[in-house]
Amino acid sequence: MSERVKSNKLSPAPVAAAKAEAALPVLGPVGMLRWAWTQLTSMRTALFLLLLLAVAAVPGSLFPQRPANPSIVTQYIKDNPDYGKLLDTLQLYDVYSSAWFSAIYILLFISLIGCVVPRAIAHYKAMRSQPPRTPKRLSRLPEYGTMVVPADAGLPASDAIRSAAGLLRKRGYRVEVRDDDGARPSLGAERGFLKEVGNLVFHTSLIGVLVSVAAGGLFGYSGQRILVEGDTFVNTLVGYDQFTPGTNFQSSQLQPYSIQLDKFAVTFDRESRGKFGQPIDFTANVTTKENPDAPAKQEVLKVNDPVTLGGTSIYLTGNGYAPVVTVRDGAGNVAMQGPVVGKLQGENYYSSVVIKVPDAKPDQLGFAGFFLPTAFKTEEGVSFSGDPELINPQLTLNSFYGDLGLDDGAPQNVFELDVKDLTPLNARNLDAGGITLAPGMSYTLPDGKGTISFDGVKRYVGVDIHHNPGQLYALIFALLAVGGLIISLYVNRRRVWVRTGAHEDGRTMVEYGLLARGEDHRLAAEAAAIRKLLADEWQIPESGSGDDAESSAGIQQTPSRQDDNGADSVSTPAGPTGPKKDQ
Amino acid sequence: MPFAINETMGQYSELFMLLAAGTYTVAFIAFAWDLAKSSKALRAVDLKAAQTEQAAAKVPVGAGVGTAGAGAASSAGTDRTESHLAGPAGRAERPTSSAAKQAGDASGAGQTADADMRYAAERRAPARVAVALTVLGVLIHAAGVITRALGAGRVPWGNMYEFLTTGAFVAVAVFLLVLIRRDLRFLGTFVVGLAIIMLVAASVAYWTPVGHLVPALQSYWLIIHVSIAVLSSALFTLTFAMSALQLVQAHRQKTVAAGGADKLGFMRLVPSALSLENLSYRINAIAFIGWTFTLMFGAIWAEKAWGRFWGWDTKEVWTFVIWVVYAGYLHARATRGWTGTRAAWLSIVGYLCVIFNFTIVNQFFNGLHSYSGL
Ligand code: HEM
Repeated sequence: MSERVKSNKLSPAPVAAAKAEAALPVLGPVGMLRWAWTQLTSMRTALFLLLLLAVAAVPGSLFPQRPANPSIVTQYIKDNPDYGKLLDTLQLYDVYSSAWFSAIYILLFISLIGCVVPRAIAHYKAMRSQPPRTPKRLSRLPEYGTMVVPADAGLPASDAIRSAAGLLRKRGYRVEVRDDDGARPSLGAERGFLKEVGNLVFHTSLIGVLVSVAAGGLFGYSGQRILVEGDTFVNTLVGYDQFTPGTNFQSSQLQPYSIQLDKFAVTFDRESRGKFGQPIDFTANVTTKENPDAPAKQEVLKVNDPVTLGGTSIYLTGNGYAPVVTVRDGAGNVAMQGPVVGKLQGENYYSSVVIKVPDAKPDQLGFAGFFLPTAFKTEEGVSFSGDPELINPQLTLNSFYGDLGLDDGAPQNVFELDVKDLTPLNARNLDAGGITLAPGMSYTLPDGKGTISFDGVKRYVGVDIHHNPGQLYALIFALLAVGGLIISLYVNRRRVWVRTGAHEDGRTMVEYGLLARGEDHRLAAEAAAIRKLLADEWQIPESGSGDDAESSAGIQQTPSRQDDNGADSVSTPAGPTGPKKDQ
Repeated sequence: MPFAINETMGQYSELFMLLAAGTYTVAFIAFAWDLAKSSKALRAVDLKAAQTEQAAAKVPVGAGVGTAGAGAASSAGTDRTESHLAGPAGRAERPTSSAAKQAGDASGAGQTADADMRYAAERRAPARVAVALTVLGVLIHAAGVITRALGAGRVPWGNMYEFLTTGAFVAVAVFLLVLIRRDLRFLGTFVVGLAIIMLVAASVAYWTPVGHLVPALQSYWLIIHVSIAVLSSALFTLTFAMSALQLVQAHRQKTVAAGGADKLGFMRLVPSALSLENLSYRINAIAFIGWTFTLMFGAIWAEKAWGRFWGWDTKEVWTFVIWVVYAGYLHARATRGWTGTRAAWLSIVGYLCVIFNFTIVNQFFNGLHSYSGL
């Protein structure tokens, strides 16, 4: 910031700052701190940190990231034994929570605060103070012109300045008239304070966005759950298959609403070449209850269209088939009955299934295999699924018996069967062969271990449940930021000075100059507009072309440069890209 | 379920795209011809001017009053060498409009696009032909985009093929719209050339028949988010070209100022480095606001689709990187010693990131956004 203001010669404070900076080496420890602070809050540092942030964000897209997919990271480290570990120590799998990434953005935001606060104070003062004094030589300003009011108009210098002041006020300028009664009265005017306000709002809102995101991480939570048609999820900790609490999460935050999956329908593309069989619509019909004893409500859950319930949002994120099976044990008792969620493995809902039957007697039973909605076999005997719809559903399984290892309480992945301690019963390479079932069929396991029947197929959906209290605030701050940004880029901060004086022959001479703070490609247009206002007010004939103006009776334009002819400055450079004027 | 697919429409669309690419190719040749011809004409004008100048003593007509450190050098209007010095690349402060105007006005006769990049009086027949052909091309191209939309029964930006064809259309259309008010015809070869590349790449490498959208893309946010992204990218395309030219021009101005030979004659057609910088700054400012909206709407959509508004998905990372680079660009313009050439480099880097985000990230990086239709 200091840099920028330094280049503005009208402001005295930065000069002092610059001097302080120059005198630095003798300042001692306090001076050192001050120097560091000045450095940190300088525009150059902000620029450097911004570019650094951009560079630092890149590795996160090159290497797999833990928060997104921890298992891929583990696999990546295994696959790259030479440098996988090294990358981990450099936190390249957790880029966005890494020490170095955090350091950059924290520094950036400290710099931002150090930049915004003094700037806000300075601007507050500027808004309350009078426009700067009239420069001695207006002709040095980027926009400069003179006008002459003929003697017979009867407009003394002091009246001219007051009428100019009135015009500028109407145009939104804050005006101060000086030396009203002197020989050479002048006025200083300024407008466009909103520009700086916009800039401050923009930068402050960025802090707001960051804080909101952080708060969301602290107080939010998220989780996943798989729901087979007919299943009900109740929002309690045990209801989740997977749960990720924020740092400050308390389980009392969970409102015990419920959501039941009544029906799930998928539409597949049957029209286009190339994409035949791709899903083009997912619709889940659900019944929700805000509370255990609230009235039930029918709702539709779709991709891109979450259901909101009890302060959370519920998203449809996955789906698949769940074959329904019944397993009887050796004694003929039903040991397990119900849908088994198939995990997607390949095209057209080619899914893997694992069935664990810990209640089977005398031995626990386990099954692992595949479910295919439309089973086909290649000539080599490889099974594949030819269509996503249930045209020829098939369940192929291997079976095992023994100790499933569930009794010692260690958590197990429901989608994997650890066959280490199990004895195979059915497999393709055994005498008994594998199990292949179509709906309605059952199979008797060898050695009287029991039976398994394939009763039918249901669909299931995977839902993500999120609660993020920071989200709304992030949105509000983001909107504020864009608003501020637009104002800051398209409001122009301008200063105008006018000085008048009486010529011996009775004419009133007027000169004016304009100065912009920052980028302002429409300053010339503003100068022309003001000139026109004054000319109209004083009824000085003003003609369009500069050459004519030069020779016409009352007017004389002495632009600051020889090539700045009137014609050019009258035509408003309003390009298609030209922003709106701040009026 | 959305509309039915209409394959015939899709085939018409492909035909239109081919025709558009063909028309653009002819327009491209015309633009190139314009560059070559104008460059020759300008050289002749220069030679003549140099001769008259040698005859008459070199008397400065009037020293400009430099306010922003920019307008130091303005002597006789025909003095091309000096005039190009207006606005040294590394100048400390930003000029106002009149300083910029001076830089251009001072460049004298034969400068086809002045600093304001308004149309000069003289006619450039090849350039007119080129623009007319481009208009014809863009009309055919529009027909292609519309038939594609009708064929698929939805907005025509759901996969790489459609991003490219529609993106090329928007780039050319934005260019032509800017042409109404500003003489940017010196960018013609670049913009039209890029459109041809995009159309060819779409047809050869990314061809996809008309089809439905995957459910993840079925949202009105697709319309809002992607259209603003494409529009901002089109603007970034213009500023990229201008920044690249700015670098060349700055180099040329320096060489010429140091008394070196002017090897890049065709650059006479191009405004001064400072004018290029100023106009590209203004376009970049608009595009940056557009990109800010792209980012925000993307986040809102992500919240709707995936339940989190920001997750550092690869596409999100690169959108963020682009945003930060252009924020850096805007800061550079306000930082002493960083305007001019360095700012131009930032603008170029930003655009390279845009390209990278579109091509490499869409194709080779796995992320939630990996449904670009390949
Ligand atoms: C989070 C990082 C930052 C971002 C994304 C950012 C972004 C921007 C953008 C887009 C602009 C141009 C629009 C406008 O004028 O409002 C801008 C201007 C500005 N920024 Fe930042 N900024 C950041 C940090 C900072 C810091 C740390 C400083 C102070 C050291 C700073 C000082 C300024 C100043 C002084 C301007 C006005 C420049 C002018 O007058 O043209 N910014 N910033």
